Order: sequence, then C-alpha cells, then structure tokens
Amino acid sequence: MNGLTFDIAHLLAGGLVLVSFMMLYQDRLFALINVFALHAIVLALSVAWQAYIQDAHHLYVTAAIALIFKAIIIPVGLHRIIQRLGIHRDIETAVGIGPTMLAGIGLVTLSMVLMLRVTPDADPLAREDLAFALSIILLGLLVMVTRRNAVSQVVGFMSLENGLVLAATGAKGMPLVVEISVAFSILIAFIVIGVFLFRIRERFDSVDVGALDDYRGEHR
Amino acid sequence: MISGAAVLLWGVAALLGTAVLAIASSHGSGSGTRLIYSLTLGISAAVLLVLASRVADDPVTPSTAELPLGLPWIGAHFRLDALSTFFLVVVNFGGGMASLYGLGYGRHESAPHRVLPFFPAFLAGMNLVVLADDAFTFLLSWEFMSLASWALVMAHHREQDNARAGYIYLVMASFGTLALLLAFGLLAGPSGNYTFEAMRAAASAPLVAAFVLALMLLGAGSKAGLVPLHIWLPLAHPAAPSHVSALMSGVMTKVAIYGFIRVIFDLLGEPAWWSGVVVLFLGGLTAVLGILYALMEKDLKRLLAYSTIENVGVIFVSLGLALAFKANAMPSAAALALTAALFHVLNHSFFKSLLFFGAGAVLTATGERDMEKLGGLIHRMPLTSFAFLVGCVAISALPPFNGFVSEWLAFQAVLQSPDLPQWGLKVMVPAVGGLLALSAALAAACFVKAFGITFLGRPRSAAVELAHEVDRYSLAAMFTLAALCLLAGIVPGLVIDGLSAVTLPLLGSRMPVQMAEPWLSIVPIAASRSSYNGLLVFLFIAVSGSFAAFVIHRFASHALRRGPAWGCGFPDVTPAAQYTSISFAQPIRRVFGAFAFRAREKVEVPAPGETGPARLTVEIHDVIWETFYLPIGRAIDFATDHLNHLQFLTIRRYLTLVFLFLIVLLLVLALWP
Amino acid sequence: MALILELAVQGAQMMLVLLLAPLLTGFVRKVKARLLRRQGPSLIQPYRDLLRLMRKEVVLADNASWLFRVTPYLIFAATWVAAALIPTFATGLTFSWTADLIAIVALLGSARFFLALAGMDVGTSFGGIGSSREVMIASLAEPAMLLIVFSLALVAGATQLSTVAAFMGSPQVGLRVSLGMSLIALVMVAVAENARIPVDNPSTHLELTMVHEAMILEYSGRHLAMIEFAAFLKLLLYVSLISCVFLPWGLAGVEAGPKSFALGAVAYLGKLALCGILLAVFETAIAKMRVFRVPDFLGAALMLALLGTLLLFVSRSL
Repeated sequence: MNGLTFDIAHLLAGGLVLVSFMMLYQDRLFALINVFALHAIVLALSVAWQAYIQDAHHLYVTAAIALIFKAIIIPVGLHRIIQRLGIHRDIETAVGIGPTMLAGIGLVTLSMVLMLRVTPDADPLAREDLAFALSIILLGLLVMVTRRNAVSQVVGFMSLENGLVLAATGAKGMPLVVEISVAFSILIAFIVIGVFLFRIRERFDSVDVGALDDYRGEHR
Repeated sequence: MISGAAVLLWGVAALLGTAVLAIASSHGSGSGTRLIYSLTLGISAAVLLVLASRVADDPVTPSTAELPLGLPWIGAHFRLDALSTFFLVVVNFGGGMASLYGLGYGRHESAPHRVLPFFPAFLAGMNLVVLADDAFTFLLSWEFMSLASWALVMAHHREQDNARAGYIYLVMASFGTLALLLAFGLLAGPSGNYTFEAMRAAASAPLVAAFVLALMLLGAGSKAGLVPLHIWLPLAHPAAPSHVSALMSGVMTKVAIYGFIRVIFDLLGEPAWWSGVVVLFLGGLTAVLGILYALMEKDLKRLLAYSTIENVGVIFVSLGLALAFKANAMPSAAALALTAALFHVLNHSFFKSLLFFGAGAVLTATGERDMEKLGGLIHRMPLTSFAFLVGCVAISALPPFNGFVSEWLAFQAVLQSPDLPQWGLKVMVPAVGGLLALSAALAAACFVKAFGITFLGRPRSAAVELAHEVDRYSLAAMFTLAALCLLAGIVPGLVIDGLSAVTLPLLGSRMPVQMAEPWLSIVPIAASRSSYNGLLVFLFIAVSGSFAAFVIHRFASHALRRGPAWGCGFPDVTPAAQYTSISFAQPIRRVFGAFAFRAREKVEVPAPGETGPARLTVEIHDVIWETFYLPIGRAIDFATDHLNHLQFLTIRRYLTLVFLFLIVLLLVLALWP
Repeated sequence: MALILELAVQGAQMMLVLLLAPLLTGFVRKVKARLLRRQGPSLIQPYRDLLRLMRKEVVLADNASWLFRVTPYLIFAATWVAAALIPTFATGLTFSWTADLIAIVALLGSARFFLALAGMDVGTSFGGIGSSREVMIASLAEPAMLLIVFSLALVAGATQLSTVAAFMGSPQVGLRVSLGMSLIALVMVAVAENARIPVDNPSTHLELTMVHEAMILEYSGRHLAMIEFAAFLKLLLYVSLISCVFLPWGLAGVEAGPKSFALGAVAYLGKLALCGILLAVFETAIAKMRVFRVPDFLGAALMLALLGTLLLFVSRSL
C-alpha cells in the first residue's frame, strides 16, 4: 500500500476524531445534530475509501448504510423530534465546554498511549487508526456523560457506534452481516429512545433526564 | 595567593561589619542611612569586580576556603565554582542595585533602625548560602538569610497584616529548613559526612534519591514559591520595604533555586526520568496559577509578588526539562534547557527588582499600593513610568527585551523533547509547553493591567495629584536595570556564552558558541532550525518606526488639537468611571476563574421602580489555601486541643510514656532488616 | 553584488507587503459587499482612507500622554517588521533568520501590548473595555498560536519559517491529521487576531460588542492612519502565513533567479485572492458571537492545537 492512499485513510480517521471534538463543542441541539450528520458523512467516506483500497465491495454497502441512515434519515428524524418537542432553543451542557474539551484531549491521549503500547508490532498507521477509533468511542461516551438532554445522549451513543464501525473496517474484519445488524440495532435503539423521549416528555414536560432522577427520589 | 572564595569571605565579613555598625549608628539620622547603603553598595561593587576578574580569568576551576568555625570537627567549607559564581553575580548585583535605590528610598523610612542592621546581614546570608560547601554551613547560612529577611518583613510590624505575614513566613521558613535538613541527612548517608565533596562522590540509592528530590522540592521550593508552598510569599515580600521586596523577590528566590540546582544537578548524581515529570508538572502549575493570582490582585506589590511565583514556575519548567534530558543522556538538549533556566534567573532578577523599585517609587510619591487609588502617574512621574514600562514589557516576554529570550530558549528546549523515550514525558512536555505559552500570554495581560491602571488614565485619588518624581538615586537604579533588560535582550549571546561555564561541569555539555554568529544572532542548534536576533529586531523596529514617523511628519498634516475625550455624549465623567483593576481582570476571571478560584459573580438588581443601588458581588476563593492549609491548621488545632491534658500528668505517667517510647524505638531497631 | 541583490529582494518584500496590505482589505470588503448583493466600495478605497486620515488634524484627548502618541508608530513598526519576515513570494531572504515563527508571534504580542496600553491611556471606559477584552482574547489566542508553531516545528523540524515553508512544499510531507488540526486552529486564531466576524466586527461601533474599535476610539488623523495601516498589515501577515505554510506552492527558493521570483509573486497574488474570497465567504455566512462565547471559540482552537501537538509527540516514536 503506498503512502498517499494510507495518508488519506489516516486523514479521514483523524477527521472523524476532529468531528467528534466539534460535537463536544456544540451546545445547541440543531448544531449538534448537524455535526453528527457530518460525522456520519466522514465515516461513510472513510469506509468507502477502505473499500476502495482493500477492494472489498461489501464495505461500500456499509458506507452506503452509514450515509443513508446516519447522515440523512436519523438527523432528519431527530430534527423533527426536536421541533415537535419544542426544545430547539435549549442550551444544555452539564459540564462547561472548556473542561469537556480538556477531558476529551485527555481521552485521546489515553487511547493513543494505550493502543500504541499494546500493539507494538502492528503497522504504524493501522495502530494509529485503531487509537483514533478508540478515541471516537471514548469521546462518544463523553458526550453522553456531559449532556443532560436525552436527544444529545442519543447522538453521543450513535457517534460511539461510528467509532466501532471505523475500528471494524480498518481491521479488515467485520463481515457485512454483523455490520448490518449493528446498524439495525442502532436504528432500533434510535426508535426505542425516540418513543421513550415522547413518553418522558408526556410524563414530565421535559426531556432533561434529571427529571427522571427526581422521579426516583434522587437528588442531583 | 588568596583564592577567590577567601576574598569573597572578606566581602561577607565586611557586610556583617556594616550590620554591626548599623546597629550602633542607625537611630534615625539621615547620614547613617546614607553611610550604610553606600557601604553595602561599595562592598557589592567590589565583590562584583572580584567575580568579574574571575570570569575573565578562569571561571571553571573551583576555589575553596575553610574556616575553623561551626561544628568543631568539621569546620566551615566554602567553595566558589562556576555555578556559585553565576548566582553570586545575581545576588551581589541585586544587592548593589537595592543599595543604590536605598540611598534615596531609605530617607523616607519611618523606622530605619529596624531596616538598616538587617539589610547588610540579609545580603551576607545570601552570599554565604551560595558559597557554602558543606551541609552545616549551608543550613546555617540559609537560616540566617531567612531570619534576616524575616526581620525585614517585620520592619513595619505595627501595620495591619504584617504580623500575620511574618508569622506565616516564619512557619513556612522553618518547615523549609526542616525539609532541607532531612534532605542533607539522607545525602550524607550512614557515614554522616556533611561536606558536599563527599556527597558528590557517594552515589544515592534510587529510593533515597527520590526522597531527596521530594524534600528539596519542599525545602527549596517553599523558599522559591513553588505552588502549593507559595502562600507566604505574596504576604511577606510586599510587607518589607520596597528595596527589600526587590531583593526577596528578585534575589532570594534565586538563592533557593541555587540550592535546588546544587543538590539535584550537582550532588545527587544521575536523576531518574520521572523526576523531570514531577518538576515539569509543578513548574507548569506554578507558572499558570501564579500569574492568575497576580491578575486578580489590586495591590501593586502583591501583584508583583505573585508574578514572582509565575517566573519561578517558568524557571522550574526549564529545570524539569533539563532533568528529563539529563536522565535520558541528551546532554546538549539538557544544556539548552539549563541555560534557559539560568538566563531566566538573571532576567527575572533584573526586571523584578526594577518593577519593585518602581512600585516603591509610586509608594513614596503617593503613599498608595492599592491600584484602585492610583492612575495617571505617567504625567506626574514620567521617568519612573518609563522605567516601569520597560520592566513590564520585559517581564511580559516581548521582544526585543530580555524576558523573551529566555522564554524563547525554553520553547526551543520543549521542541527538543519528542525524542524523549518515556510516555509520561512525551505527554507531559507538550502540555507544559502549552501552559508556558498560556502563562506568558497571561503575564502580558497582567502587566498591561499593572501599568495601565497605575500609570495611565486619570488619577483616582487626591494623593496622585500631588505626586512628584522620585530622587536621583532611585531613578539611577531603575534606569540601570532598564538598560540591562534591553542589553540582555539584544545581545543575549554574551550571556549564553557566559553560562556555558556553568552548564559544562554540571551536564558535560554546553550550548554552541553564540558570539561568533554573524550579526550576533542566537542559534541554539542550527541556523536552519531556529534563530533569533534581538539586535536586528530592535534595529528593524527602530528604523521602520522612525521611517514611518519621518514620512508622516514630512507628508502628513501637522495639525493637532487638544479636546475632551469622547464620553458618548455624557459630559464630565468622573475618574471613577474608568476601568479599574478588578473590572479589567473580569473577562479573564470569567474564563479561568471558575476553575482556578471557584469565582462566583452575583448581581443584585433592585426591582423596577426601586431606587436602591444595584450590586455586583464577586466571590473568590483561594483554593490552595482552603484545600491544603486550612485542613492542616484545623488538624493542629484538633490535636492541640486533645493533647492538652498531657500537660497535667503525674511524673510516673511521664516516665511511663518515655519508657514506652524507648521500647518502641528498640523494637523498631530489633525488627529493622 | 550578490549582497546588494539580496538586500534589494528583501527591500522589495518589505515594500510589497506595505503596498499590498490595504489592497487585500479592500478586496475582502469588496467580495463581502458583492456577496451581500451590494456594490461595495472600490478596491482602492483603503488607500484613499489612509490618505484622507493623514491630511486630517489630530484631535488629542486632554489627558493623553506621550505613550498615546508614540504607540501608533510602535505598533506600525512592529507589525510591519513581522509581516516582512514572513516569506511571501520567496523563502530564504537575507534577513529571514532574524526571527523565527515564535519571535514573529511575540512581535505581534508587543504590538498588542502597546495597543492595549494606549486604550487605557485616556481614561475612558471604552478604552478599558476594549483593552480588557483584547488581553482576554490574546491570553487564549497566543498559546493556541504557539502550540500551532509547535506542531509545525515538529513536522518540519524547525521553527524557521523558510525551512518550514520549504519542507511543506516538498513531497515528503504527507497528509497529516495534526496538520489539518493546526490549519483549522490557525484559521480560528487568525480570525480572532484580526478582529473579524465572529469574534469582533471591524465595521461596527456598537459599544457592547466592539473590542478593537473600542481601544482605538480616541485616535484620529495620522495616528489613526498608522493604526489602520497596522491592522491591514496584520491581516496580510496572517494570510501570508497561512499560504506560505499550507499553500507553499510557487515559492521561489533560496538561490532563485528573477523568473522564479516573478512566478512566486504571481502565485502569491493568487493565494491572497483565494484566501480573501474564503474569508469573505466565511464572514458572510456566520454571525457575530457574544463576547463571552469567544473564549469557547478560542479554547477550541487551543485544544485543537494541543491535540495536534500531542498526536505528533506521541506518534513520533512509531
């Protein structure tokens, strides 16, 4: 594999980390969802590029799934949900942007150090790709942890899943069936959570998951 | 021939003699003040001459001296090598400048008999610390220096807060000396040989070395003002008379750094790589927190004291880099980092003395240290304000002045570090590089505030309206230092080459010769990698500035009209409407304050229709004081409360206690492997 | 003879930045106006503005000190020197080793230091508001800039701009993630440093939002001309910096003849036009931020630059 093709794969993976950071930075829901769509587009590009260089046609399907579901259908759906819930003006971060970004940098460093240490023999850039995938997963978790709103937690969860897909395609391993099942489970999770959102909303007039704590008698 | 060290000991003896003379003669007469400061100025100048001849002659070969003082079977050892020569230059130059300033400033002293005897003693103590060559002499001189400076802090002991400052200083100084005592105990080892010569020859076990590092960070770090041991510094330094504040901030912290370098780089042998991580972390933390505290401050002298903490942090960052490089056998990079640290030591002693002198001049002229009551002094004290401005630019690490050069060298050292093999260092160094950059930018903000609020704008109190320029001696001291700030900035090669004699014995390497570079540039590694030429930058700015001024004056309109400032249609605004020091720092407080000070702002606006005033309350916590010191204080209170009844036992019980303790000690001995 | 030629090239560079700087600002204004379907001022309007300002009398506030009058020249000189040290059409000019990238950043810091002081000199609340916000912005933008310099230095092995530009133009530099991060961070810093939308709006005088304009509110006549000129130069400086590091194509080498100089100059003009159009599009598409959103914006730049540097540090050992 020559330098340039690898460089592009690397750049796309790094771009995905960058978009994950942009998700940490957004504190408005619409912007967050738009960035998530961008995340999915970059993922689709990255997967398609892997399909091209590995000459693995089924990966094109994966890319298409990512593009259609995650970059178009889900964001559009989330936009609608937000509008119907009337929460598009909410600003909602539990933790400030600065500390969140610092924590994000810590996580990326952690995953870099960890991955580079446990895979000393592998190909250098593949190792870095793995490290990127791990950082995307951790950053997705961070988004889920630092947000109050259920919608943005869904978005965080889905970006986490993007990281999984990236790791799988980079490792030349994941068969299409697995990928499709993952994608569908995500979709189902999305639907379930969507339904839940409306239930929560009906019950508590808010999608702030803090309301659930109050209901359980806990105090934040 | 008498060796260099012996000559310097005569200098110390002369200083001590001056102190005795001061006790005899200093009851309030102006001539006594002049006599004492002239003597210290003369002695410092003479010592500097001796040192200069030594630098010109042969700075590397150590010269030793021994006095039959101190412990009977040891004697007192003194040694003058390149490292101590450098620090002696810093000490005596700072001392000389403070004396020159004191010639004028001392006349306004309300209690000269509380200052004059201790000033030469303080200088003598600092000289002795740097000269000492055995642990006993070192500790004794260290304590002498601490006590002399404590006495100077307490010179105005009736003023509010000064007694508390003195108390906290005394506690922290004793604690620091205790840590140093233990460190030297560990270094001396079981054989108990207290000369530095023997310590240098003995190799320490890794665990012992770790303890020595920790104890040195506690001992020297508390004197230098390393976070979280800095709390005494912003209280004590400003409490002393201004020229003593300058000495404490500009010079005594450097003596502490000398102690750290002497033990860690010279006596301890090869460092472990993680020691670099620890020092880097503490340095970075100190730099950023120090300057953030300074930004929140509205007392000019306390602002300067906090900024000292920042600079100490910067020096420790460079020292940490040098340790990391030394541990990984990268001597040339280590030499670069150590040179950056030592250069910053020199620079900081220049501009911090200058700034404290300036603050002292403001204090003399207006009687105010609170910036909220100053303003507009540039019209009343043009010369002082010019010198103070030079100091502000230099300390903000802006070219073409000296502060920038040492900061630039530190950044170059940071850029050497990707070759370090350890993960901890790899992650730590760029993060600390970022902190260094952050602290430099915040320092610029801080000194825009210090100069802008104090000297610019309109007077905020009546005292300022009556201010006058200070005396010639003070101005001479300030302008000498300002000139040196510029000089060290435009011909840094001279200093760097001078420092090579220091790094060579400690690290076995030095930076390349700089004075041979064309146009006096400095080139740390290779010209294609990085270079900086302060002289040309200065010349370019001067030439293009004059060119622009020439063109403007030749071709543009000369018309000039004075008029009132634009007040948005609101005529005759009071000076109170200007930005104050607190409001100037407000944006930065909002950005960093929540995390560094748990700052909260509360706005109370009266309901519509009510005529009461709106109030803005700002709540700032000193996080370190609250998380470290208050719990310790409470624990001590608790312990003393509960141990109190130990004072009222019968003799038999006391004997039982002593007996039990003896048994425990014997048990420890018996069980020790 | 060679020395004279080299000095001539260096002098040409200094004059070039001086002449082009107002043009770039005029160009950005024009493109912005066209994007908003306005006719917009003519391209050479900034030159006319400067000349007009020079002919006007100076109205100096009663309380203004000598510092207030010296500052415009200092700012102009420092910015000009910094701008002239950045390779525009050729690398390796005679004096390019005078200051490396760190020193250039610090020179701009000097200019800002004096500008912030000048804002406080007259003693109005506007000057104070501008200065305090400016130093807040700088306290985040400068570390971000230095971390960007670190990343570049780690990739190219030097902080010397000529070396960096030559390295970035050579085929051995691949597509690097950290370089992408540095580019984004650099653009964000450049936007903030030049007081452009979304950080500051150069064409407003609305009290609550202005930063740069608030500091220079008391300036008039020839002094204002100098400060405006310095602002033009600073925009040109950042555009040149971005183009010489990230678009290094067409730069004349160390021992180049007049032909490659001409080629370099044409390429430089092309890059300026490209960056100018991109800046105008960006500014048109985005809204001004509240002042206290700016720390988030710059914090993001700082974090990106730090992340890029960390990635480079960690991956160096591969």
